[in-house]
Amino acid sequence: MALLDFANPTRFLSLSARLIPWTAGAAALALAFGFTLAFLAPPDYQQGETVRIMYIHVPFAWLSMFGYSMLAASSLGILVWRHPLADVAHKAAAPIGATFTFLCLLTGALWGRPMWGTYWVWDARLTSVLVLFLLYLGLMALRAAIDEPNRAGRAAAVLTLVGFINVPIVKFSVDWWNTLHQPASVFRMGGSTIDGSLLWPLLTCALGFTFLFLTLHMVAMRTEILRRRVQALEARAAAEAAA
Amino acid sequence: MQHAVFIYASYGAAALGLGVLTLWLVLDYRAQARALADLEARGVRRRSERNRP
Repeated sequence: MALLDFANPTRFLSLSARLIPWTAGAAALALAFGFTLAFLAPPDYQQGETVRIMYIHVPFAWLSMFGYSMLAASSLGILVWRHPLADVAHKAAAPIGATFTFLCLLTGALWGRPMWGTYWVWDARLTSVLVLFLLYLGLMALRAAIDEPNRAGRAAAVLTLVGFINVPIVKFSVDWWNTLHQPASVFRMGGSTIDGSLLWPLLTCALGFTFLFLTLHMVAMRTEILRRRVQALEARAAAEAAA
Repeated sequence: MQHAVFIYASYGAAALGLGVLTLWLVLDYRAQARALADLEARGVRRRSERNRP
C-alpha cells in the first residue's frame, strides 16, 4: 500500500488518537525537565541571567521555521497530489506557526531591551521573522477570504511556496548582512559555540516545544477533519430535506 | 535576579500564548465533535457509514 493511500483522514483520526497522549506526555516531561535545567544553569558570562529567555526564544524561532516548512511540504501535497489530508495539515498548522512566531518576536523583544537597549531594530533577522509572521497571517486571511475550500487551499498553497523563499533568508540573514542579532551558535559549520551547561537545557526545551507543536498540530488536524465532516453532513441533510 | 521582570514577562507571555492556543484548539475540537455526534444522532451519516449498524 502506498504511503499516500495510508494517509487518509479516517486512518489519521485513528492513528492520532493513539499518538496524542504520548506526544503530549513527552512534551510535558521534556519541558518540565528542560525548564528545571534552564533555571539551574549558570548565568551566561555576557548575558547574565537574561540567557534564560533564550531557552524559550530559540525554540520558538526554530519552530516558526519548522512550522512554515511543514506548510510548504503540505502545499506540495495540495498542488501535486491534491491530497485532502495535505490541505487539512496546511490549514491546521498556520495558526500554530503564527503563535510560535509571535512568541519568538515577543520574547526576542523582551530579551533585546536589557541586552541591546531596545525592544526592536530593523535588522535583517528581526525583519525577516516579522515577514514570516505576516506570511502566516496572510495565509490565514487568504483562506478566510475564499469561500470555496479547494480554491482556498490551492491559493494558500501557492502563496506558501512563494513565501518559502523567506525561510532561508531568516536562517542566513545573520550571515548575509551585518545584523545586531548574533550569528548562529548551535546549528553552524564547526559545531555549537555554546557551553554544554547552557546547550543541554536549550536542546531539552526545544525537544519539549517540538513535541508540543506536533501535539497541537494533530489536535488541530483532527478538528479540521471533523469540521469538514460536519459541513458535508449538514449539506447532505439540507439537500435531503429539500428533496 | 538581574532583569527578572524581562525574564518572568517572557515566560509569562509564552505560557499565556500557548495556553490560549491550546484552550482554543481543545474547545474547537469539542465543539466539532459535539456537532458531528448531534448530526449522527439525527440519523445523518456519511455514505461510508450508512451500512454500519
